[in-house]
Amino acid sequence: MTDVAASPPRASRLSKFLRAIGLLRESPIGVLGAFLVLFWVLVAIFADLLPLYDPLAQSAPDLLKPALSPAPDGGTYWLGTDDKGRDILSRLFYGSRLVLFWSGFATVVAYAVGMLMGVAAGYRGGWWDEIISFIGNVFLAFPQMVLYIVILSQLGSDSPVGQWLAAAGFTTVWVKGLTIVLAVMFATAPQVARIVRGIVLDLKTRDYVAAAEVRGESPLYIMIVELLPNARGPLIVDACLRLGYVTIAIAALGFLGLGLPPPDPDWGKMISEVRGFGAMAANAMIWPALAISTLVLGLNLLADGLREISLRD
Amino acid sequence: MSMLILAARRLASMILIMLVISVLLFMFFEGDKLNLAMRVLGQYSTMEGRLQWLQDNGYNRNILTRYLSWLYGFMTGDWKESAQFSAPVFDFLLPRLKNTAILGLCVFLLTVGISLVLGVLSGIAEASLRDRAITVLSVLTTSVPEFASATFLVAIFVYWLDWLPGSSSFSNGFAWNELVLPVAALVIYNFGYYTRMTRASMAEVMGSQYVRTAVLKGLPYGRVIMRHALRNALIAPFTVMILQLNYLLSGVVVTEVFFAYDGYGKALFDAAMFGDVYLILAGAMIAVVVAVLSQFISDIGYTFLNPRIRFT
Repeated sequence: MTDVAASPPRASRLSKFLRAIGLLRESPIGVLGAFLVLFWVLVAIFADLLPLYDPLAQSAPDLLKPALSPAPDGGTYWLGTDDKGRDILSRLFYGSRLVLFWSGFATVVAYAVGMLMGVAAGYRGGWWDEIISFIGNVFLAFPQMVLYIVILSQLGSDSPVGQWLAAAGFTTVWVKGLTIVLAVMFATAPQVARIVRGIVLDLKTRDYVAAAEVRGESPLYIMIVELLPNARGPLIVDACLRLGYVTIAIAALGFLGLGLPPPDPDWGKMISEVRGFGAMAANAMIWPALAISTLVLGLNLLADGLREISLRD
Repeated sequence: MSMLILAARRLASMILIMLVISVLLFMFFEGDKLNLAMRVLGQYSTMEGRLQWLQDNGYNRNILTRYLSWLYGFMTGDWKESAQFSAPVFDFLLPRLKNTAILGLCVFLLTVGISLVLGVLSGIAEASLRDRAITVLSVLTTSVPEFASATFLVAIFVYWLDWLPGSSSFSNGFAWNELVLPVAALVIYNFGYYTRMTRASMAEVMGSQYVRTAVLKGLPYGRVIMRHALRNALIAPFTVMILQLNYLLSGVVVTEVFFAYDGYGKALFDAAMFGDVYLILAGAMIAVVVAVLSQFISDIGYTFLNPRIRFT
C-alpha cells in the first residue's frame, strides 16, 4: 500500500485493483467476508434470472407456511411464506436490491459530505475547524436512532421536502429513499468528518502538501487532489464498517415503520410485518434477520481482512 | 485546577449544543403543528377545533416567545405538557427514564463483565485456539443488530421453548423474567466490540518489556497478569466503554420498541412519530447531557488510570 514507488511506474487502475484482490487472498477472514458480500450482490443483480416466485404475489391459501412447504403450482416455498402468502425467499432476494442500493447510496453521500467537512476542518484549521467540529458535535450529541426518527418522522411525503421531491418527479419510493439518505447523511457524515480530520491533521505537515502550496495551488485543489487520495487507506476499512452500520440503521428504520413504503420487500419491515402473528410467524421472522446478519457479517469480516492487509505492509 | 477548567469548558460547550439542538428541533417541528392538533383531536375533528386547540395550548404564539417560554420553563423545572399523553413531560419521562436506567445498567454491567473476561482470556494467549474462538464469536455477534438478535431470541425462547415472555411491558408490575430478553439482545450486539478492544489492548501489554521482565524474574504468571498487565491493559477499553454509553441510548430505542419496554427510547420514538415537540425536546436534552457527561467521565477516568496523561 505504501510502496507506491516500488510498484511498476505505469500500473493501470485495473491491475492495481486486481493486485488488491490478490492481497485479500492472504486473509482467510477477508475472503469469507468478500464471499458473503459478493453472494448478496450477485443475488441482487441476478434476482430476475433465478427461478423465484413473484415477491409481491399474494396467495390467500398459503399464509405463514413453514420452510420447504409445497406451493400450489407444484413448486416449493423454500423458506416458507409470510402473512400475505408471499414467498419469503423471493422477497429476501429481491429485497437485497433495496438494501444494497439504498445503504450503498446513503453511505456514499454521507462519505462525500463527511470527507469534505473533515478535510476542510483539518486543512484550514482555525475557525473552519471550530465551526465544522461544532456542527458535527451537535449531530453526534443525539443518539443516532433518535436523530433518524426525528428527521424521518417529519420528512414524510406530506412534508415540504417530501412535496418538493414529489414535484421534482420522484416516485413515493424515491422520496422516502432520498429522505432516508438525508437522515443517514446527518448522522454519519460527522463521524466520517472526525476521522478524516484526524488523518488530514497528520498529512498536512507532509512535504508534498508544502510543495503544492509553494506551487501556488488553491486550497480546494490541495484538499481534493493532494490530501484526500492519501487518506484513503484507513478510510476504505472504515467505509466497509460504516456500510454495515448504515445497512443496520436502514433495516432498523424499516422495522420501526420508517423505511421504504410497502409492498416493497425491505428486510427490516419483513420482520415487523409478521410479528403480530406470534409463534406462527417464527419462521417468517427468522429469515430476514438472518439475511441482514449475514450481509453485515460479510462487511465486518471484509473490513477486518482489509485492515489486516493494510497493517501488514 | 486544570480539571476544573476542562469541566467548565465541557459545560459551556454542552450548554451551547443544547441551545442549538433545542432551537433546531423547535424550528423543525413548527410546520407540523396542525398535524399535531389533528393527531390529538382525532382524524375526524374539524379545522376550527384544531385551530382552537392550538390557540388554547399556546402553540399559536410567536415562535420566539414560545421558545423562550419553553427555555425558561425547562430551566426552572416546568418541562411543559406532552400533547400525546396530556401529562407534564417531566412526570411522564421520569418513570420511563428509571426503566431505561435499569435496562441500561444491566446491559452495561453484563457487557463490561463478559467483554473484560473474554478479552483478557483471549489477549493473554494470542493466536491460541481459545483466542481464535473468542475472536470469531465477537465478530459474529457484533454483526447481529439488536432487532435481529431480538428476533432470534424471541423465536427460540418465547415461541419454541416457551421459557420467557416476548413482551416486556411490565403490565403486572416489575418482573425480572421480562428483563432477560431485552438485556440479552443488547448485550449480544455490544459485547463483541469491547471484547476485541480489550483483547487488542491486553495483547499489546503482554508483549511489552515490563511484562516480560516480570515473567523472567520469576513472578507467578497469575500475579503478573493481575498486578502488572491488567491495569495498563484496561485503560483503552475503559475509555471506549464509557464513551459508548451514548450509543447504548441509541440501541435502546429499537430494543424497547421491539419488546414494548416502557422506557426512554420507546417514549422518544412515540413522541417523534406523534410530533410531540416538548417530549422530544426533553428527551434530546437528556441525551445531550448523557453524551457530554459520559465523555467527561471517560476523560477523567483516562487520566486517573494513566498517570502519563495530564491535563494541559
